[in-house]
Amino acid sequence: MVTTARPRTAPKTNGNNANGNGKKNGKNGNATGVLTGSNIVLTNGEYNVVGTRPVRHDGMDKVTGRAIYGADVKLPGLLHGKILRSPHAHARIKGIDTSKAAALPGVKAIVTGADIATGEDRVIDLGEGSGNVKWMRENILADAKVLYKGHAIAGVAATSALIAEQALKLIEVDYEPLPAVTEVRAAMRPDAPLLHDGLTTASLGKKTKKKSNVAKHFQFVLGDPDKGFKQADIVVEREVDTATVHQGYIEPQNGTAMWGQDGNLTVWCSTQGAFAARDQLSEILDLPVSRIKVIPTEIGGGFGGKINVYTEPVAALLSRKTGRPVKVLMSRADVLQATGPTPGSYVRVKMGATKDGRIIAAEAEIAFEAGGYPGSPVGAAAECVFSPYDIPNGRIDGYDVVVNKPRSSPYRAPGATQAAFATEQVVDELAQKLGMDPVDFRLRNAAKEGTRRIDGPVFKRIGCVEVLEATKRHAHYQAPLGGPNRGRGVAIGYWFNIGLPSSVAIHVNDDGTVHLVEGSTDIGGTRASIAMQAAEVLGLTAHEVRPSVVDTDSIGFTGVTGGSRTTYATGYAAIEAARDVVRQMSERAALLWEVEPENVGFKDGTFSAGRKKLAFKELAGKLGKTGGPVTGRGNVDPKGQGGAFATNIVDVEVDLETGKTQILRFTVVQDAGKAIHPSYVEGQMQGGAVQGIGWALNEEYWMNARGEMTNASLLDYRMPTSYDLPMIDTVIVEVPNPGHPFGVRGVGEVPIVPPPAAIANAIAAAIGTRLYTLPMNPGAILEATGVI
Amino acid sequence: MATVWIPSLMRELTEGRQTVEVEGSTVRQVIRNLEVAFPGIRARLCTGDELATHINVAVDGIVTRMGMLERVQPDSEVHFLPAVSGG
Amino acid sequence: MVATESAKTTRTLVSTRINGEETEFICEPRQSLLECLRDGIGLTGTKEGCNDGNCGACNVLMDGRLVNSCLVLGVEAQGAEIMTVEGMAGPAGLHPLQQAFLEQAALQCGICTPGFLVAARALLDQNPDPTEHDVRFWLAGNLCRCTGYDKIVRAVLEAARMKPAAANVQAVHAGNGMAAGASSAKATAKTNGKANGKG
Repeated sequence: MVTTARPRTAPKTNGNNANGNGKKNGKNGNATGVLTGSNIVLTNGEYNVVGTRPVRHDGMDKVTGRAIYGADVKLPGLLHGKILRSPHAHARIKGIDTSKAAALPGVKAIVTGADIATGEDRVIDLGEGSGNVKWMRENILADAKVLYKGHAIAGVAATSALIAEQALKLIEVDYEPLPAVTEVRAAMRPDAPLLHDGLTTASLGKKTKKKSNVAKHFQFVLGDPDKGFKQADIVVEREVDTATVHQGYIEPQNGTAMWGQDGNLTVWCSTQGAFAARDQLSEILDLPVSRIKVIPTEIGGGFGGKINVYTEPVAALLSRKTGRPVKVLMSRADVLQATGPTPGSYVRVKMGATKDGRIIAAEAEIAFEAGGYPGSPVGAAAECVFSPYDIPNGRIDGYDVVVNKPRSSPYRAPGATQAAFATEQVVDELAQKLGMDPVDFRLRNAAKEGTRRIDGPVFKRIGCVEVLEATKRHAHYQAPLGGPNRGRGVAIGYWFNIGLPSSVAIHVNDDGTVHLVEGSTDIGGTRASIAMQAAEVLGLTAHEVRPSVVDTDSIGFTGVTGGSRTTYATGYAAIEAARDVVRQMSERAALLWEVEPENVGFKDGTFSAGRKKLAFKELAGKLGKTGGPVTGRGNVDPKGQGGAFATNIVDVEVDLETGKTQILRFTVVQDAGKAIHPSYVEGQMQGGAVQGIGWALNEEYWMNARGEMTNASLLDYRMPTSYDLPMIDTVIVEVPNPGHPFGVRGVGEVPIVPPPAAIANAIAAAIGTRLYTLPMNPGAILEATGVI
Repeated sequence: MATVWIPSLMRELTEGRQTVEVEGSTVRQVIRNLEVAFPGIRARLCTGDELATHINVAVDGIVTRMGMLERVQPDSEVHFLPAVSGG
Repeated sequence: MVATESAKTTRTLVSTRINGEETEFICEPRQSLLECLRDGIGLTGTKEGCNDGNCGACNVLMDGRLVNSCLVLGVEAQGAEIMTVEGMAGPAGLHPLQQAFLEQAALQCGICTPGFLVAARALLDQNPDPTEHDVRFWLAGNLCRCTGYDKIVRAVLEAARMKPAAANVQAVHAGNGMAAGASSAKATAKTNGKANGKG
């Protein structure tokens, strides 16, 4: 009989100081006391391992420089590959002459779009979304047209990186430049230059046959919004524009491929999902998955930008032609110009409230720049735009629009940040007009279990109210803020989180430790959070579980590390595998004790039947003599993932002469369901907040009239540094997700949703002027205040 | 009978109705019965025998990857949503 | 202009000391120290993030001075003393900075970590008791996209407080599989996954 791990004690409040010692302050989680401290965990149940802060299993390698990332891979006979990219934002390719490049000594192979079979216009399931095979192939190496500056055209493999770069300069491409369009509303106009000859607008299943850059239109309607607006006492309608921003991971994309003469392909790459990479390689290269092995190296950040492949198929094609391994590394300029940023957008939000503070109607129009090929996350934006609120009447229209920019990729809660930037400012303005405290107004309208969202489904158990209440209780919210040009803003964000399959195997060693084999690349401490869940079930310590992240030959299908799913779904698979181990070992104990297996219990790491007892470690030593090794397995495709809410409280000071906004204080409050490793949950909250701060105050693609990005370096695409920021204080709220044994909710993405809106609200409070464009950089502030 | 929520852009096929009660113990059966009552709707939801790739189906609030095979209870809610992804 | 074959251009033998070891490598004048470390010598702990001096992932110490190795030519390292992240731990164990980064969870993807460790080492070498402001200012040349810097700053401040001897033999808790022998009970309780004060 397997006992499910359960909390050991009644809920308590833990006030943790900065270095993670669990200093209990004895407060009950329901008390109304002020929340103080840099990193607070309002914990819901204590466990032996879950909720503690062990050193991560891969930490040693990462602080000593021994961990192998994609660019560190070395193989005998390695060739170096480089990619030629379009200088034009929009052009037809009339011809490509590679003869001079091929003649350069040291050049071993050249590939172009002609080396990829023409893709059919068919859509495949990529696990985390679908992909059009034709467009996927064209984005790897262009076919007849280039659709953005940086679009890949050819790849060269040579004996050195320098020779490969020199060879690129010798490739002659005959372009016919075409007019470019790089802004979403311009691209939607009937006279806009069209990117795809065959593209017509599809309106949720209905092909309109209208040639357009609008690839898709969909709509959600709940109740009767027109009637609702008529009944409202106050209506606020605003439009926002947000600039294109990049995920900004510090490690550029890389891929090393060895395509052997036996037709088997091995690829080493920094990827968020080895199986997702394998599926894409299979489709792009027309090779069965059984012949492809993807070995995920350590990865230097992804945030959604390393799910799509870029360099790997080119490296593979070059390897096939040369018979040698080929490594392709992207330069930083190429990363910014040719890998998917997140969409720039136009969002219009209108909300109506009654004078007693109830939001009665809401409307949104969301248009996203998909880049050169359709597939922006506008659907996700629509699922999140009003979801923190209980609104009986609503209408949301979403548009997926192609423009001459790199094809967009997911970026941490893709689409939700743009939507929240509009909604949370309108909500703030409604609260002001009603004379209500901004958190109280949100609480009055907060979504709860049973609330129906405008996109249709009903919420299960969620922590929106709890997060807002903790926000009100926080010392930051209650602290006075004095001084000229200083202001405080709050905002709330939502992300739905995803499930997707994961597979885990656990092998029992005879010394009582176990090896845990999984397929989720570890970008933020998930080896630890997954091992800890197995350890909790097995009654072991975190370090008695030894996790490995393996390649696609060595574990069952596992979805990407993304979508805030890894600790939830791969953790769930680890729990299942651990339960399987307990089941099998119970049978061994039954054998030893000559009892029936159902009479063997397992609790606190000990097997027992009547008075007979055996600790896990002792029984592990007897497996060899009772039937051989024990391996537990867990394969899950869980459907019970829980959505998450996060709020920000931010204090700013604006310098009216320079337009610079200084962040004085920043607090993130977030519902994690159950924080398996609180330090790494805090890390997600802090990291997402700072990406949001960069998005709010400075980051953008500067496009010139020819559609070229003019700031393609980390000097001019400037992301926040340590000197720009204060500490980012955190509060973890735990409203357990009923769809996971420990109550886990995904935590990785929602932190990036509220910051730009919270900062906009703070700036409005500081200087009495609202900004509706991102970024709210010094120039924008000086324009808004009439200084320039 | 399960309650099927009709996407707003398809309500022209269901006489403007936001929800429709339909029999069926799987999504496939529900769609088949929906087509009987409102001809033309199947073509908007499906490609061949499968759900169209740009459409997800949520049964009782949970998006299912099993598409047509997902079980539907007598008191279930069924929603059709644009397929979305995370990062 | 047609490029000519570059392989036979003047290559130079560079003699240097890297992480305390006499090391020689051959390079072309155009090659950066970063390239020489990673590709020539095989020390891949130092990372490339931008190759134009804007992210700090390639930080090394050169004659005690913090540099972006992507902006230093390999030939400039002639006769110099270079320290990379691989040289931070000693035979007695991890440097306090490395230990603090592990305990404070100051890394997520880890790609920026070598650069931060080297940069922080340079700070503590000249300012053993920095304020938060000192740390943030000094580390402004190192970009991190994952952590938001909070736990990195706390780790550097914590490392400054640690006495060097306290960093000994923490390797066991970073998951390299050795038996949990030599550490204090308090450290054990904190880092081997049991709830504080228990087991």
